[in-house]
Amino acid sequence: MSEPVLATRNLCKTFNALVATDDVSIDLKPGEIHAIIGPNGAGKSTLIGQICGGIKPDAGSVHLGDSDVTNFSTAERAQAGLGRTFQISALAMEDTVLENVLLGVVGRSAKPWRFWSPALKARDLIESSMAALERVGLAEVCDQVTANLSHGQRRQLEVAVALALTPKAFVMDEPMAGLGAEGSHSMTDFLSELRHEAPILLVEHDMDAVFALADRISVLVYGRIIASGSVDEIKASKKVREAYLGEET
Amino acid sequence: MIREGYINAIVLFGFLLIPICALIIEEPYTITLATRAAVLALAAVGLNIALGIGGLVSLGHAVFFGLGGYAMGILAFHAQNYIPVELGPLTINGTKSMPIIWLTAVLVSAFAALIIGLLSLRTTGVYFIMITLAFGQMFFFFSISWSAYGGEDGLSIYVRNVFPGVNTLVPIQFFGLCFTALCVALFVQSRLRASIFGLVLNSARQTPVRAETVGLNPMRLKLLAFVISGAITGLAGALFADLNRFVSPTMFSWQLSGELIVLIIIGGVGRLAGPVIGSALFVTLEHFLGEFTDFWHIWLGLILLLIVLFARGGIIGILTGKDGPHV
Repeated sequence: MSEPVLATRNLCKTFNALVATDDVSIDLKPGEIHAIIGPNGAGKSTLIGQICGGIKPDAGSVHLGDSDVTNFSTAERAQAGLGRTFQISALAMEDTVLENVLLGVVGRSAKPWRFWSPALKARDLIESSMAALERVGLAEVCDQVTANLSHGQRRQLEVAVALALTPKAFVMDEPMAGLGAEGSHSMTDFLSELRHEAPILLVEHDMDAVFALADRISVLVYGRIIASGSVDEIKASKKVREAYLGEET
Repeated sequence: MIREGYINAIVLFGFLLIPICALIIEEPYTITLATRAAVLALAAVGLNIALGIGGLVSLGHAVFFGLGGYAMGILAFHAQNYIPVELGPLTINGTKSMPIIWLTAVLVSAFAALIIGLLSLRTTGVYFIMITLAFGQMFFFFSISWSAYGGEDGLSIYVRNVFPGVNTLVPIQFFGLCFTALCVALFVQSRLRASIFGLVLNSARQTPVRAETVGLNPMRLKLLAFVISGAITGLAGALFADLNRFVSPTMFSWQLSGELIVLIIIGGVGRLAGPVIGSALFVTLEHFLGEFTDFWHIWLGLILLLIVLFARGGIIGILTGKDGPHV
């Protein structure tokens, strides 16, 4: 077995009496898509917050490659190679599409301290940005203001910004959210290819997409992983069906 | 709709033309007014970098304006009295040389901005506004009680300071100096805005969480913007003090911080020529309406109200038909 790129070990987080994360250990191996599913309020967002930074776990650790990143800030984790996309687009709406991707490229270079030369004339940075846009199919709209993009295009741009970081692992929070059938389909194809570059930890509600993409699925209910396995195993699991459909059996 | 670049050029050209016309028809007071507008514009350009690009609504920029003013006041005061400044073991001679005064003003303001920024940038929104206001009031009351430099009455400087190759006592020459400083500051701002730092800072204003997730520290970016901003406003303070040959605690007053924000909003937040238009309008209203009534601020308020309600991009926004950045 190859070493995991991203892993959590016994993560725990409580908010007062609410146990949001209960002893969660998951890992993400090279070349795979590992999907986290679960009903609303299962603690998926809290888990992502602890993996990407922003929420500090009460106990347990987060590992990226060989390093323990538990005490890293969000920015330091990104520097270490974690690429994240948001459920609700966190894009600079007043800026152009190209400028948004440039942000990712600058983040990767970790050199924002260039005060004099115009950003849009930095050819190396522009080339990397355009390459990322090309891949998600937004190259033609690179000069558009982001606020004018369709919802689907914004989702693609989210992914492009993360691509521009060339991360070791992706964490994607509902990349299909709000996409139509067609958009969802092309995003599925895209992510399916992307996993060979860097593995993807995918949190998604769209079950068709999850079943089409995931190499492994972990089911999170009340902060606990109740089942983890291949698509077929999860589909067949009685426990999972109960969690999703209620316990009437 | 007119392109913003043309507007910038027209505004600056007009700004230059008025005092030249005033010189020809021998109206030296108009030149002084134009100088006042240029210096206020310079102060607002400083604030515009923090406010318009970084989204930092600072209600304490009078701190830097005042520090610049007092840097000039104190150095010139010691020079005219031939008493050196005693700073512990250090003895510094006063000076009447503008370049040295300017450098001091810029360094002192930048340092103050660094400290104030470090403390206040932990907060955002209304809290940031309040904490910067609090710093402003601290400096204001300190200056009132600092009797060595005039306390409440302020400090008068008898003769304007000197600049190599320029006769600063001639109004048009002093205007030229201030106008040049304004143009340099505008050039710096435009380069900064287009640079990678400007791009990243501008995104961090819109979506700080994104800046973090690509591995950038928004706090550091904003701190640096605040320091640059404070330094420019500090330079304006030194020039303002030299224009009036007088420094007083009113330079630290929160009303001044508020006026700088008003100038920017009227002209256009984040727009290059925004503070220039705002300041020109402000000084014009102050002078012409001020002749008829002491309550000219009512009209300024009305303009501000109309702009906030109907033209979020300020006057530049109306002219270009494009909304400015949202702060």
